[in-house]
Amino acid sequence: MVSGAAAPIVGLMTEPVLTFTDRGIYCPAGDFFIDPWRPVDRALITHGHADHARPGHTHYLATDAALPVMRHRLGEITAQGIAYGETRQIGGAQVSFHPAGHIPGSAQIRVEVAGEVWVVSGDYKTTPDGLCEPFEPVRCHSFISECTFGLPVFKWHDQRSVASEINAWWAANRAAGRFSLLGAYSLGKAQRLLSLLEPQGPILTHGAVEATNAILRDQGYTLPDTTHVTPALNPKEVPGALVIAPPSALGSQWARRFRPASTGFASGWMRLRGIRRRRAMDRGFVISDHADWDGLHAAIRDTGAENIYVTHGYTDIFARWLNERGWNAQVVPTEFGGEEEDSAPAEAAE
Amino acid sequence: MKDFAALFSAIDQTTRTTAKTKALAEYFGHASDDDKLWTIALFSGRRPRRAVTTTDLRAWAAEEAGIPLWLLEDCYPIVGDLAETIALLLPPPETVSDLSLSHWIGELRALHDIAPEDRPARIRAAWAQLDETERFLFNKLITGGFRIGVSRKLMTRALAEATGQDEAVLAHKLMGSWTPDRTSYHALIEAEDPAADQSRPYPFYLAYQLDDPAAELGSPQDWQAEWKWDGIRGQVILRGGETHVWSRGEELMTDRFPELTRAADFLPMGTVFDGEIVTWDGTQPMPFNSLQQRIGRKTVPKKLLKEAPVILLAYDLLEDQGQDLRDTPLRDRRARLEALLADLPPEAPLRASPVIGFDSWDGLAQTRAEARAHRAEGVMLKRRDSPYLSGRKKGDWWKWKLEPLTVDAVMIYAQQGSGRRANLFTDFTFAVWKGNELVPFTKAYSGLTDAEFDRITTWVRRNTQARFGPVRQVTPEHVFEIAFEGIHESPRHKSGIALRFPRMARWRQDKPIDEANTLEDLRDMLSTYG
Ligand SMILES: [Zn+2]
Ligand SMILES: [Zn+2]
Repeated sequence: MVSGAAAPIVGLMTEPVLTFTDRGIYCPAGDFFIDPWRPVDRALITHGHADHARPGHTHYLATDAALPVMRHRLGEITAQGIAYGETRQIGGAQVSFHPAGHIPGSAQIRVEVAGEVWVVSGDYKTTPDGLCEPFEPVRCHSFISECTFGLPVFKWHDQRSVASEINAWWAANRAAGRFSLLGAYSLGKAQRLLSLLEPQGPILTHGAVEATNAILRDQGYTLPDTTHVTPALNPKEVPGALVIAPPSALGSQWARRFRPASTGFASGWMRLRGIRRRRAMDRGFVISDHADWDGLHAAIRDTGAENIYVTHGYTDIFARWLNERGWNAQVVPTEFGGEEEDSAPAEAAE
Repeated sequence: MKDFAALFSAIDQTTRTTAKTKALAEYFGHASDDDKLWTIALFSGRRPRRAVTTTDLRAWAAEEAGIPLWLLEDCYPIVGDLAETIALLLPPPETVSDLSLSHWIGELRALHDIAPEDRPARIRAAWAQLDETERFLFNKLITGGFRIGVSRKLMTRALAEATGQDEAVLAHKLMGSWTPDRTSYHALIEAEDPAADQSRPYPFYLAYQLDDPAAELGSPQDWQAEWKWDGIRGQVILRGGETHVWSRGEELMTDRFPELTRAADFLPMGTVFDGEIVTWDGTQPMPFNSLQQRIGRKTVPKKLLKEAPVILLAYDLLEDQGQDLRDTPLRDRRARLEALLADLPPEAPLRASPVIGFDSWDGLAQTRAEARAHRAEGVMLKRRDSPYLSGRKKGDWWKWKLEPLTVDAVMIYAQQGSGRRANLFTDFTFAVWKGNELVPFTKAYSGLTDAEFDRITTWVRRNTQARFGPVRQVTPEHVFEIAFEGIHESPRHKSGIALRFPRMARWRQDKPIDEANTLEDLRDMLSTYG
C-alpha cells in the first residue's frame, strides 16, 4: 500500500468481522474462534470431524445435533449446544448455525457484526442425502468456503445411481459367496451408506462405526440394523454379509477374518482412477459428503457474497477461476487451514 | 464400444489376476475378429495412427466443457492422464450409441482424409454419444498408452485360454512389428504359419532379483555367472540377408544402432543372439551416459558413432542355422555361442559376454564386489541346464546386483505427484552441504510407502516456506537416504553431478540435518565410481 493512501473511510478502518490467525478463524468483535486448531478459550465448531473439532479448548459451542458425537470423540469438554437458526449474541457479534448438509449435525456458522455478515461454510454438500439436515443457503457479504473438490473434474452422479452400484456389487458378491468389505469414514459417510443399502443380508460394522451409529440412533436418526463385529462373531454364520469399516481397518488383521471378500471404498476421491488404483481395492464408489464443482458454484452464487475466501483443497485454482468470473476471491493461506482432508485424501476424515 | 468398455471396467474393478484373465478370455470368446485384433494390439502397446494432436484435443475439450484452457491444463497433472481428464470434464452425452471398438478406430483413421477444420466436429459428435468410460477409452485411442492393468503376459494367457493354443506359441506370434492395419485376427492368431515374419524376435526371458543368500541356489557347478551389464537388453536377428535389432520393449532399433547391422558381414543367416547393447571403448563398456546419448537418436551423426560406438555383448544364442534352440540347455547354447563368436575379428560388432569362473559362492561374492570396476551392476546367475523360457519365471535366471551407492541428503523442495499420487507430495528435491549452504543435487520420487507419503505430505503442508508455482520450498528438517546406481559428471546440474536411478531408500528420522553428506563426499564418489 502506498503510504498516505489510507482513505478516511470508516468501513475500511474497522477490523474485519473475521480474521485469519495462526490459531484459526477469529472474530475480534466476539472474541471467539471457529474450528481453531490450537487450544483457545472459546471455540465455535462447525461439525465433529477431527480436523474441525479439536481437543483442548476451554469452551465449545456447536449445534445440539453435533454435540453428542463431539463429546464421544473429545471426552470431557465444557460445551453448549445451539439449535439450527437460533441467534446468539457473543460480545459484539451475533452468531447462528445453519445446516451444511455434510454430516448429521454439521453447520455453517453465520457471524454478523454491525450489519456486516460473514459465513464460514465448514464442510458442506448441497444435495440432500436423506440422512443429515439438508444444506441451507445463507445470504452474506463474505463467504469462507471449503473447496476440497474445487476442480471441474469432480462431478458427482446422482446418489441413487451410486446406491444401486453398491447394492449390485453386494448382490454379486453374495452370489459368488464373498463378503463385501466397504471402507468408509466412521462418522458421516458410514451412516449415509447404511441408509442407502437395500436389505439383502446381514450388515456388520467395525467398532468405530458402530459407536457412532449408536449415538446417532439415540438422537433419532434412522439407520438399518447392524451387527457389531466382536471376537465372538463367527464369520461362517454370516455368509455374504456386508461389512462397513474405516479404511485403515480394511487393510489390517481385523479384516482378515472375512474371506473371501471383495473390497470397496466410498469417497469423492474415487472419481480419479489414479487414486482409485492407489487404494488397491476392487471397487471405488464415487460418493462424497463434500460439494462437487457444480455444488460449490451453486452455494457461492446463492450466498450473494462478493468476497469469497477459499480454503481446503485446490484453493489456488479455484480462486483464480472465481476471480475470472467476477468474484473477489482469495485463498486463505494454507498455514491457516487444518488440511487433514486434502493432505491425505485416502485416509482423512471427510 | 459397450462391450469393450465393460471389459475395461471388469479389469479395472478388480485387483485379482484370475478375474482379469477370465474377463479377457470371455471377451475373446465373443468379440468380433476386428475387435479382438484391436484389443490385442492395444494391450500390446500398439495404437491407431495419431489422428489429432493433443494440443487440438485439449482446446476442443475445454470449449466443449465450457471452461478456459488453463483450467483444463491445471486439472491434467492432478488427474495424471489427459484422456481421463477430458472424459471427466465433458458434459453428459446427449444420446447413446453402441458402435464397435473397430468402428471408432475406423472413425479415427478416417480423420486423416478429411479437412482439418472438419475434424473437431467429428470428435465432438463422438463424445456426444459415448458415456464417461467409453469416452475415456475413445480418448485413449487418440492419446495412446493403453496401460490399464493388463500386462501382455496376462493378455496372452487369456488368449491362450480362449483359443486353446499354447501360451508360449501365442507369445511368439505376438512379437515383432505387426500392426492391425496390415494383418487380420486370422492371419495373426489362427493361421498355421502366420506370415513367417523374418524379423520377429523371441519373447525375452527375464530374471528375478536374488534376495535370498546365493548359497541357497545349491552347488556352484550348476550355475553360470556373467557380469550384469548396465546397457540395453536386445536381440540381434540375422535372417533372410538382413539384420534386425530389437529392444526388450519390442522396439525395432536397427536404425539406431547401425554398427550392429554389420554383424551380417561376419556371421551366417539364421542366427539370433540375446545380449546387452553397450557403448564400447575397445576393452570395456563406457559409462551409461554415453549410451544415453545414443538412445534418443533415430539417426546417428557420424561424430557420435565415433565417440560412442556400440556393440552387442551376446550372452545367449536362441537360433542357430535357422533352428530354434530355446529348449536346448544353456550349457549347450553357450558352447555354440562361443564357437560362433570365437574367431571374429576385433571390428565385429559382437562379442561373447564373458563367463565368470567361480568355485564357491563366497568367491563369487568377492568378484561381484568388483563389478563397478568392470562397468557392471552386479552378476547374473543362470542355471546351466535351463532352457530359454519366455517372460519372467522364477528359478533359472537371477540377477545379483551390487548394493546401491547411498548418500544422506536434506529435502528442500516438494511437489505433488500426479495420477495415482495426485494430491500427495511425492516428488522431492534433495540437497547436500557445501559449507553452510545446501546445494540441490537430485530429485527422487519413489521408495517410500504410501503411509510415509501421507505423513510427509501433511508435514510439507505445514512447513511450506515459499511457493514457486507447483513447487514448495520446505523447512530443511528431514534427512533421507538416497540410493542410486551410478554417478557421473554433469555440467547441466548446479552441483556438477548427476545420479543414475536415484530413489529414497530410507527416511532417516534419526538424523539431524547437519549430519547429511557434503558435496565433497559426492565428488569423492564421482572420482571413485564415475
Ligand atoms: Zn473438513
Ligand atoms: Zn468434515
